Amino acid sequence: MSSITAATENRSHVSSYPKFIGRSLWLATEGSFAFYAWMTMLTAVFLVGANAWANQVAGGMIGTNMTDQVSWGLYIANFTFMVGLAAGGVMMVIPAYLYHDRKMHDVVIIGELLAIAAIVMCLMFVVADLGRPDRFWHLFPIIGKFNFPISMLTWDVIVLNGYLLLNLHICGYLLYMRFLGREPNPAWYIPFVMVSIVWAISIHTVTAFLYCGLGGRPFWNTALLAPRFLASAFVSGPAFIIVAMVLIKKLAGVGGLDQPIATLTKIIRVTILVNLLMVASELFTEFYTGGSHVSAAKYLFFGLHGKTALVPWTWTAIGLNVTAALLFLWPGLLQFRRRPLLIAACCMAFVGAWIEKGMGLIIPGFVPSTLHEIVEYIPSQLEWKVTVGIWAFGLMIFTIAIKTALPTLKQPADR
Amino acid sequence: MTTTESGSSDPDQRNRSLPVIENFSRRAAVKGAFATLGAGAFVAAVSPLRQASKNSSAAEFLQTHYTELSPEQKEGVLARLEAEAKEEYDADVTIADDRPIPGTKFVYAINLSVCNGNGKCVEACHKENNHDRDTNQSYIRVLEMPKGTLDMEQGTTSYSGVVPKGDKFYLPVQCQQCDEPPCVDVCPVKATWKEEDGIVVVDYNWCIGCRYCEAACPYHARRFNWKKPEVPADEVNPDQSYLSNRIRPTGVVEKCTYCLHRTRRGRLPACLEACPTGARVFGNILDPSSNIRWILENKRVYILKEELGTKPAFFYYFD
Ligand code: SF4
Repeated sequence: MSSITAATENRSHVSSYPKFIGRSLWLATEGSFAFYAWMTMLTAVFLVGANAWANQVAGGMIGTNMTDQVSWGLYIANFTFMVGLAAGGVMMVIPAYLYHDRKMHDVVIIGELLAIAAIVMCLMFVVADLGRPDRFWHLFPIIGKFNFPISMLTWDVIVLNGYLLLNLHICGYLLYMRFLGREPNPAWYIPFVMVSIVWAISIHTVTAFLYCGLGGRPFWNTALLAPRFLASAFVSGPAFIIVAMVLIKKLAGVGGLDQPIATLTKIIRVTILVNLLMVASELFTEFYTGGSHVSAAKYLFFGLHGKTALVPWTWTAIGLNVTAALLFLWPGLLQFRRRPLLIAACCMAFVGAWIEKGMGLIIPGFVPSTLHEIVEYIPSQLEWKVTVGIWAFGLMIFTIAIKTALPTLKQPADR
Repeated sequence: MTTTESGSSDPDQRNRSLPVIENFSRRAAVKGAFATLGAGAFVAAVSPLRQASKNSSAAEFLQTHYTELSPEQKEGVLARLEAEAKEEYDADVTIADDRPIPGTKFVYAINLSVCNGNGKCVEACHKENNHDRDTNQSYIRVLEMPKGTLDMEQGTTSYSGVVPKGDKFYLPVQCQQCDEPPCVDVCPVKATWKEEDGIVVVDYNWCIGCRYCEAACPYHARRFNWKKPEVPADEVNPDQSYLSNRIRPTGVVEKCTYCLHRTRRGRLPACLEACPTGARVFGNILDPSSNIRWILENKRVYILKEELGTKPAFFYYFD
């Protein structure tokens, strides 16, 4: 650890920055046997995904189970969820910077690093979903043809990449200052942090606008979609961070995490209820009104004309979400000896949100189709491989990022 | 277990002012070896991509947007596409670049009292537009609807048996060539747009295959090429146009173009010509003496999903 702060201050950034990168990489790839085993496992899974994706590109997307009726599937479902996870990290940033929670402030970088890993995964899921990834450059402003501001997808490209850059800058700057052994200059990162708070809200709002702006898809065409997205993001993000923190504390011996964990638990206590309330209000409107608008919801919850592929998914999600909500409401969950239960509650909330925002939101938008055909969708093996591969890659980034930041976490800098 | 810091596994190292070079270089070598191994495995994993890249040329990769092609570039592109059709489908085709005729706005109408659901239009579209034979693709879907409702939820596209059935009527749906097309708005790369004669087209060589337009369309008018279209050489319709029925590349979206390779040359759409009942009427709404104009002025016509504000250029009526 001494080595990371050992650099002299007088050297110019041109020579010290590459050194910082090299040093960080070196540090990030140092570790115990278990660490190497973990990374090897992730690499192997990622390679399986990469191979599946290459086959998809070579053979056409016929290898997926998507159809002209259900034209988006598991990839876009995961993309939507990952945007939420990226935005969820802001639930650490807000207490740390707006409410000056010192303990949260010391470890807030975990949330920012999670945002980086999650956005990278988002971009990978979008690329995996493209029929012509070789034409990716058509999406770049200037050299391509960017349909801005009419297409919501171009907005999404901007906000997601912007959020990635913001977080890369904030984390990179703080870690670099740490490496130089200097005090970070607030002027160089506080304004960016403030922007990133607003930006986090924007990424999920714009992602919701992708769907809710489509008049031909009644299931998505609701003003409640963006608020719902945010509420569930503020469940899944903190839930992931709590589990990550418990692991970091256990595996790397980082202290000072208990209070942030408690704060995040209290945040979930509120957001999980807000989310359930919005789901309930959505369902009331659908089912009480009836008519053709309800058919997608009917399909999702009970099946339509004997087609019931999504019913088990959705009831699993409801079961998980409600159980998690009850657990979070119980004050005893915060007790230290109930940590395993807290982790279980977080996992339930996380998986619940994943289903609710993925299979439970993207797929019923397409069933029944706009001509009221009922074509069902269950992801193919290839889609699962690619998806799990991208998750493995995301976890790799997150692990390496956390390892790089460990010295900062162990000796909380005075920032 | 605990995760160890750099060098802390070696207690000596921390006490020295200089890092232990031999240890450092040994670890660096091990890491380098692992990185090389990983990179090699990655290259092997994505090797199917090499197969894919064989099928696409540098010229195709670098081709600019249709609207930005100079006349010479366009000529080159058309020649290249014709050569590709020869190579991949063994078919001699001519690919033209049909432009809208000034003063034309194409409109379609279907007389639902006459349509009997025989599906000849579906079949004609399939052949005319060089659709994939395997999936029996077509731009037209016909709904069998119970009499007494216009609610599509009551209809079915998978009817069979002798038509027409007494208690049913038939509703063919294809691209409505909307005046406010949601599919065009959502496209992130402007690969799809509305031309002056009202036809919504796709540049198959610019589309990135995100399928956002497919999600946005309220009429299920768009199709995606999930695989390479298969058409036997002797069944390929050689009379093609860049923006319409040329054989589409894999991984892009396509749609009905009112057969612009015919209609912009003064012919009628293939679906209309194939219709045995005479239910279909097509024409230029700007021409006061046209049949279609008379129908729109004198029949009680309606449009699909009017409440969505898409303003279709496709009308339905009963006699
Ligand atoms: S699939 Fe093609 S045409 Fe449709 S929105 Fe995407 S890029 Fe545009």
